[in-house]
Formats: sequence, structure tokens, C-alpha cells
Amino acid sequence: MSAASPGRGVTVAPGPADGAADTGPLLSIEDLRVTYRVRGGTREAVRGVSLEVHAGQTVAVVGESGSGKSTTAHAVNGMLAPGARVTGGRITYAGQDVAALSRAGLRRLRGAEIGLVPQDPGASLNPTARVGDQIAEALVIHRIASRRDAAGHALRLLAEVGIDRPELRARQFPHELSGGMRQRVLIAIAIAAGPRLLIADEPTSALDATVSRRVLDHLAGLSAEHGIALLLITHDLAMAAERADRIVVLREGQVVEQGDARELITSPRRGYTRDLLADTPSLRSGRLIPARERRDEGEPLLKVRGLVKTFGRAGSADAVRAVDDVGFDVGRGRTVAVLGESGSGKSTTARILLGLEHPDAGSVLLDGTELTTLGAAGLRQARRRLQIVQQNPYTSLDPRFTVRRVVAEPLRAHKIGTPRERDARVEEMLDAVALPSDLADRRPRELSGGQRQRVAIARALVLRPEIVVCDEPVSALDVTVQAQILDLLTRLQRELGVSYVFISHDLAVVRQIADEVLVMRHGAVLEHGSAEAVFAEPSHPYTRDLLAAVADPFHQPRAEHPDAADRETAR
Amino acid sequence: MAKYLASRALQALPVLLGTFTLAFVLLSVLPSDALSIKLSGSGDSALSQEEIARLRAEQGYDDPLPLQYVRQLGGLLTGDMGVSLHTGSPVVSMIGSALPHTARLAVAALLVGVTAGLVIGSLAAHARSRALRELLMSVPPLGISFPTFAVGLVLIQVVSFQWRALPSGGTDGFESLVLPALTLSLPVTATVAQIFARSLREVLDQGYIDTATAKGAGRLRLHLAHAVRNAAGPSLTATGMVIGNLLGGAVVTETVFSREGVGRLTADAVTRQDLPVVQGVVLLSALVFVVVNLLVDLTYPLLDRRVTLTEATR
Amino acid sequence: MTLTDTPAAARGRVRRRPGPGVVLSFLVLGLAVLAAFAPGLLAHQSPVEGEVLEKLRPPSAEHWFGTDHLGRDVYARVVHGAGLSLRAPLIAVAIAFGAGCTLGLVSGFLGGPVDAVIMRLVDILLAVPSLLLSLAIVAALGFGITNVAVAVGVASVAAFARITRAEALRVRSSPFVEAATTLGVRGPQVLLRHVLPHAVGPALVLSTLEFGTAILSVSALSFLGYGEPPPTPEWGKIVSEGRDYLATAWWVALLPSLVIAATVLATNRLSRWFDARGERI
Repeated sequence: MSAASPGRGVTVAPGPADGAADTGPLLSIEDLRVTYRVRGGTREAVRGVSLEVHAGQTVAVVGESGSGKSTTAHAVNGMLAPGARVTGGRITYAGQDVAALSRAGLRRLRGAEIGLVPQDPGASLNPTARVGDQIAEALVIHRIASRRDAAGHALRLLAEVGIDRPELRARQFPHELSGGMRQRVLIAIAIAAGPRLLIADEPTSALDATVSRRVLDHLAGLSAEHGIALLLITHDLAMAAERADRIVVLREGQVVEQGDARELITSPRRGYTRDLLADTPSLRSGRLIPARERRDEGEPLLKVRGLVKTFGRAGSADAVRAVDDVGFDVGRGRTVAVLGESGSGKSTTARILLGLEHPDAGSVLLDGTELTTLGAAGLRQARRRLQIVQQNPYTSLDPRFTVRRVVAEPLRAHKIGTPRERDARVEEMLDAVALPSDLADRRPRELSGGQRQRVAIARALVLRPEIVVCDEPVSALDVTVQAQILDLLTRLQRELGVSYVFISHDLAVVRQIADEVLVMRHGAVLEHGSAEAVFAEPSHPYTRDLLAAVADPFHQPRAEHPDAADRETAR
Repeated sequence: MAKYLASRALQALPVLLGTFTLAFVLLSVLPSDALSIKLSGSGDSALSQEEIARLRAEQGYDDPLPLQYVRQLGGLLTGDMGVSLHTGSPVVSMIGSALPHTARLAVAALLVGVTAGLVIGSLAAHARSRALRELLMSVPPLGISFPTFAVGLVLIQVVSFQWRALPSGGTDGFESLVLPALTLSLPVTATVAQIFARSLREVLDQGYIDTATAKGAGRLRLHLAHAVRNAAGPSLTATGMVIGNLLGGAVVTETVFSREGVGRLTADAVTRQDLPVVQGVVLLSALVFVVVNLLVDLTYPLLDRRVTLTEATR
Repeated sequence: MTLTDTPAAARGRVRRRPGPGVVLSFLVLGLAVLAAFAPGLLAHQSPVEGEVLEKLRPPSAEHWFGTDHLGRDVYARVVHGAGLSLRAPLIAVAIAFGAGCTLGLVSGFLGGPVDAVIMRLVDILLAVPSLLLSLAIVAALGFGITNVAVAVGVASVAAFARITRAEALRVRSSPFVEAATTLGVRGPQVLLRHVLPHAVGPALVLSTLEFGTAILSVSALSFLGYGEPPPTPEWGKIVSEGRDYLATAWWVALLPSLVIAATVLATNRLSRWFDARGERI
């Protein structure tokens, strides 16, 4: 099992012609079982998974959290977490039983035969070592190059993964690179020693949509060019459908179904796959609420005008205009979405609306009342009408409170009703968000993510507010749960006539529920209009970029992007 | 760099001034002043009330407190911390002659403690068997649960009295240094081992360790090339804190081993309620703290390039 | 006297049932508490009067820890010494907990200039090693076990203030507190219902750890001779009295030392256990 011969250049992988590999699959997993040791016993995370990856093929393993997809991937190169153990089945790589390998044998396999592109580019590079050295290390370990030659190879690899000015980048530390560039560096590390199989574990889940699209395009290009097989782990069925030759759908440690990618999404055989397809935002065809014409019903409920917020000392070099002249109206019972990637200023806008941040300029008028200049008492009164649902249901609820106490808190704070009336109101709200009333005395940690977000929604609506600011309310949730929460939000809007300001980075989610859309970037509003108009005929190139970045399963990506947009930074 | 040092020195001033003020308030204002403690405490009834009054006036203890404060502060700036109530010699020279002994002891204890701590911590973090890991990690709590004086006494009893291997006390020579340094190093070992093992375990869970493992790196390479440097920060900070505590530990250690040094000086001064000397030692410890913290902050950016000197100011 | 685990970071393994170490620790502390409140139940000999003829006898069935240079039963002295030797650390921790938590909460919640002033004060307290600070306070206040307790307590105020402040800041910026504010809960109510319960937890764990440290500090001060005058028994002093006879009668100094170590070890073990339990909540 030798590494790529140096004479052919370090990134060129041995093709299928290299010998025994072409007769069978490169990787075959048969009836794999993995058990975790947990408090008070064991839990089987992978329960009899079988799949095959042939040389040069891309296979996607799709599943929600807890499906065992990552555990399966980690078993392949023997990198299971401590406490996890393979309890059954076989993993065969190029005809060799991985479980039978010694520690040294495993080390020879890792990097040289099987590369790993990890999930979180922010945490996956050593913060105290230079980028170039980290790439070179992979070559030095497998004795493909001497320490000195490896540095040169690292530069070539950096160029190959599409990073400009490799000489400069190689000397930098990870924190000096953007997220997209770090992920490219990780790809460079993964392919450095010329592996024949790459495991990509949610390679883009921490990246913005436009960046992740470019990274995925590049990964696909490299694997096509070098004939590297790709085992792609993802929660995103749409992305899998677009990128993979084959798809394996996992649920609770078992294979639900697997098959040719196109076939699987056009004619799924299993109910779960159909649910998953129906719930995946970018594949959800229809809107949740019929598009509504803008009615002239008089004054809008919320009028936002000319908001400006600068962080850092004004005038200094590091001053950032987080919000730059943002304004919009929200009508009664309508949903306005603010769409943008990280750093676009969408969250700061939300915080200003809620009175958590003071704008440098501009006004927020709620039914004629100016919110930005209100004192603490006035703001408290205004907050009966303006509520919030936050992004992360794991941190937005006090872990010491019971569900009942969480939902009743706004009522107590505003001294509404007797304890008995409050109890009745809480029951009513829990019923409205479809939470069984026997959960009322549980604490947040005993609930699932979706249940917690329902509690947060119940808390936001218990005061019967007229407007709710939803800050990325579904981005921390699995797609099936996402769909349930979106359905819930639209149903409540129909029943209660509440307005939403919906903050999101996910165009596919926004498309389903927004009446109006603002597209933000670098603090400024690039585009503003009815959802139909913006998505049908985007006027700004950035919006077109965002639209293009939504995975389209029926689109086959070009093997390699020749255009300059592929480069992380313009030269 | 020079600018940074200057700004750091400026930041250190309030801490030093604060410590001085605290010591002044404690020792001059609280129950009574230094001299009357001295005169009443020593049972020196030979002095008449008039003589006491004369002495008080002479040494300035009758002046209003703000004046005393300013005068003492002025003295401090010119390197004068007053005179010992017991011996009458200047506090500065008393501390000055005792300091080298304590410094030697502290450096030896630090070297032994940090080395042992790093080794134990590394072994514990990497140990494959759970039993070995738990055994190794049960050693540090022992080190901080034993009173320093007890450790010293056990060492004297076993090494000096039973084996007759090393002297049980004294100040001169390398041999007399071994046992006190070991005694004083125990809390250092315990602290460094615990903190280093914990940071190492945290680091070993990080994504970049997985990346390196996926490259095919072996355990030694993982440890040396990736883990140690990233895990060193908290241990560095802890070592900085421990250095200050060594001065406190020296009080007990030097007493147990009958060594000369700042610790012994302090113990004697407290026993005789020789307040100017106590005040001097307290100021010395604050100075050590400030200098050590500066050194730690200067070292941090060398370990981790994300930390720049201006950020390291905290 | 040394930097120990801060409980927030001292991540022990989580166990459902207390292990043998924890049970043993409870047992040791239980005996120590019994000795502190009812020494007569554990030792019948007098702690202050001895028989000169029986001096420096090694441990035996009659004198479990042997006798000292005045022929007093060392075991009886240790048992009777538990009262002062444990009460002083208790007072010390109470002082440090009360003052430290108040300072930390006020500092963390009010922020601004109040925070700046309090934190500078804490910096100064931290700049002087705690044992040295205790010594200085004892030198000023005078000797005696109460003064020793106060001195040790004041010296550990800073640790409590820092941990409570850090926790208050963490909770204050957490999404659920932000949510409470957005829901219209008043500032003081937020402090009382959300911040306080979270901030006090780590401080409680720290107080068990600091109790062990305080036992060590009090016994060190007592060893150096700053506690009650003889013949009142205190653990540190018993050791220091036996020091001169180390070569001939090791038990007088070393057996009481072992008792101190066992007590501190037990509190530290329980502290880690509480910390691990606390993490599950």
C-alpha cells in the first residue's frame, strides 16, 4: 500500500488501473455496527449499515442528527471517538480489512489512502502552526517528500485548491484566513498525500451558501481530475442529490434506502425518504402561505427608517458599519424576511428593532410610537406588542425553569392575570404550539430541539403580541423539524394575525414564508420587494448568486469552474 | 515593544500603589499603630508613658494619617521602607540580604515542580488505560491536600533522620537545598499537572487533532507538534500565579527547615509584630506578582500567534 | 496556599452513584464534624492534662496516637482540636463567600465604573499571595484563632468575587437572559430569577474547595504560632509542638499531620463530586 509515487507529482492518485482495486469496490462496508458507551450502559449508533464506494465515485450518506452518518464515516479510517467501538460487520478498503490493521497500519492508511475533509474549518486547523507547515506535514509523515521539498509541494497544493498568493498564505496562521480559504486548506491537506478516497464530513455546513457552493464545485473538480472517490456526509438531501452518483439515506443507524442519486430523488421508495424530500427547503416547491397582494390597509404596523449602526470607534480604521441605512415597513399579519449571510447586519437590525441595541441614527415606529428613544418603562410596555424567537433553542431557555414557568414568565413580568388564569393561558399556548401538556413540568434539557423551539414560540406569543421578530428560528434544527416549525409559524399567523420579521440566511426557507424580502450585505439593503418579484427576477447580481447557491438536484455541476469567481479572492 | 512595556508599567502602578495603600491601612490604621503594638506587646515596662510619647513623636506616629501616608509613600519612592521595630535596621537591607536565599529556593522548586507537573500531566492525558489515567490524576490532589509543614516534616524524618542522607536544615550548599525545594515544589507539581492534563484533554478533543490524525500522524507527533503548544497557555498562567504563592509557601518551608530567607524573616516579623518588615514583604510580593504577570503576558504571543501584545493586556 | 482547581473548570467524570472515594470522604468528614461538636464521644482522655511519666510513648492500644512531651494523649488532643481547627475555616469561608459573591454579583451585573473599581480592588487582593496576606492581617489584628479565621477569609474573597462575576457576566449575556429582557422582565427580577441562581452554583462548589484550602491555611498559621495560646489544642499547633521531638517521637507531629491531610483530601474529593453533579443540572 504505497503512496503516490513522487515522480508523478504528489496530488496524482493512482487510478483504477493500479491493480487489484479495479476488480471490486474501493471501499465496502458490510453490516457495520458501532456501539457507544454511555452513562449507565451502551447505545448502538450504527445498526447494520452496508454500502460500497467504487473508485472515482461520489457516494453521499444523508441523514439527520443522530442518524449515525458521521459515526459510519469515522469508522472507515479508524477514527471513532473514545468510547465508541465497532461491534459487528466488516469494513474493507481495497480488499483489506480495516479492523485487522495494526495502529501503524492504520496510520499508513490515513492520509496516504483515505483523506478526511472535516466539518468545521474554524476548529480543524492547528491555530498555532503555519498553514504551509500543516499541509507539508501530511507529506513528511508519509515520507513522500523531505521536509524541505514538502514546503514546495505545499505551495503547489495551495494553488491547486484555488488559493491566490500561495507564498503569502503558506506563511500565515489559520486565523488570518477566511472560512472558505480554511476549508480549501483542509482540502489541500486531505489530498496532499494522494489518497484514493476522500471522506468529506459535512464539509460546508459552517460556510455561507455562496462560499460553500464554490468549495463544493472545487472539491468535485479535484476528485474528477484525480479520480478520487468521495464519501460525502451531509444532512442536506438536495446537496447530495446534486453532487453524488449514489445516495445512502440513514435514519437511526440504519439504511433506509440507497440507490442511484437521480433515481432516488425522483422516485423514492420509502416513506421516510419522501418525507425528507418534502421537508428539504430547497426541494419544497410550494409556498406555505399563498402569496398575498399588498393591501392598502392604511398605516403599516411597524415603520423602520434609515437605521445606522457603527461598531468600533467612529472614524477609526476598524470601525464597521454593521447597519447602513436600513428601512422597511411591516404590515399587519404579514411576514417580512431579512435575508443575508454572516456579517450582513441582519441580526444587528433585529436587535435594534427589539431595543437591545441603540442605533446611531434612524427610527423604529411601532404603530406610531418611536421605540429607539423610549426609556426602560416605555420599552417594557412596547414589548408586550413586540416579541422575539431566537436562533438557538438550546440556550434561549433558562435551564432551571420548567416549561410552564418559561411560558408564564412574560405574564408574570407584566402582572397579567391571577396565577390560575396564567396557568390556563399557558395550557392554551402549549396547545396552540402542539406541545402535549404533560411536558409542562419538564425542564428544557428533557426536550428535543423542536420541542424547545415550540416552547420559545409559545413564550413569544403568550402576551398576544402584534409582531414577532424571529432570528434564524429554524437554522439550528433538522430539516424535518424545520418544516414542522415553519408550518407552525404560518398556522399561528393565520389564526392570530401576528406579523413576523423573519431573519434568515437560508434563501430556501425564506422563499416559503415571506411576503416581502430584504436582501442585505455588508450592512446595506441590496434589494427589497415582494418575495415573488425578488426571487423571480432578482435585480442585484448578489441575489442571483444566492439563488444559484441553492442546491439544485437536477443540475449537474461542471467538473471544474474555470471562471475567476471560483478563486476565493480576486487577484 | 518599548511602548508596550511602558504602558504595562503604567498599568502596574495602580496595583502597586493599591497594595501599598492596603498595607498602610491594615498595618497603620486598624487596631493601633506599629510602635504602640511594639511597645505594649514586648512587655517592656521600663519605658514610661512620657518616653513612649517622645518615641511616638520622634518616629512621626503622632502626625495625621494622610501626612504619614504621604511620607511613607515618599520614602518608598526613594527606596526607603522604614526601619525594623525589632532590630532597628532598614527594612530594605533586611529583605535584600534574605532575598537571594529565597530566590534560589523558589527557582529550584519551580524547575522541579513545572517539569514534574508537565510530565505527569502529559502521561495522564495520553494514558490509554483508564486505570492508569485515574491513578496518575489522583496524585496531584494529594499534593495540594498535604500541609506544606507536614510534607517537610515527613521528608526530614525519613531522609534526614532515618536514611541520614541529607541535612534537615541549614542555608548553605546544594545539599541543604534539596529537601526544602522538594517540599515547596509539591503544590507547583500538583497545580501544573492538573491544569496541563485538563488543557491537553481539551485540546485532544479539538478538530485539528482529528485533522492531524487523519493525515496519519502518530501519537508522539500529535503530542509534540500539535497538542503541547496549544495546551500550554493555561499552564503558563497557572505557573505565573504559583510563583507568587511560592513566597507564601516559603514562610512555612523556611521555618520547618530552619533556613534563612524572606519567609523566615516574615515569620519572625509577624511573631514580633514588626509591622514595617511585614509591610515590606507584602510590597515585595506585589512587585513579584506584577513582574511575573508581565513576563507571562510577554510569553503568551510566542505560544499563540492569535494573541497580540495589546490583547494580552486583559 | 496554592492555586487549586477552579470548580467551573474542574471537569470530573459524571457518575450516577457516589463511588467508594466519595463514601469514604463523607465518612472522614462525618468523623471530623463529630469530633468538632462532641469530642467526648470519640476520646475520653483529657487533651490538656498529661502524665509526665507517660511522655513520648509510641502509639499503643491505650494511646492510639501515642503521647507527647508532656505525656498528653495525642489522639485526644487531635479530637479536641477539631473544634477550633474546623470552625475557623468555616468562618473564613463564610466571610469569603458572603463578601466575594456580593462584590462579584454587583460588579458583574452593574458593570461600568462600579465594576472597574471592584475589579481593581480584587486585583490588589490577588497580587499578594493569600498566605502572606493572612499573615499581614494577623500581624495587624493580633493573634488568636478568630483573627486567623478573619485573615484567611479576607485573603480568599478575591477568588469568590472573580468566579461570581464571571458567571454573572456569562449568564447576563446568554440568550435566555436576553429573551427575558425582551419579554419585558425588569432588571432586578432578571438578576434575582435568572442570574443569581446560576452565579451562586459555582460559588457554592468553590466554597467546598476553599474550605479545604482554608483548613490548610489555618493550620499553617497555627503551626507558625499565631493561634490560641497553649494549652488549647489546634491541629497546626499540635504538629508544631511535636516538631522538636521528630527524631525520637515521630508520631507526635506526623499522625496529626495525617489527620489534617485526610480531612482536606476528603473535602477536595467532595468538592469535585459536587462540581460533577452540578454539571448535570
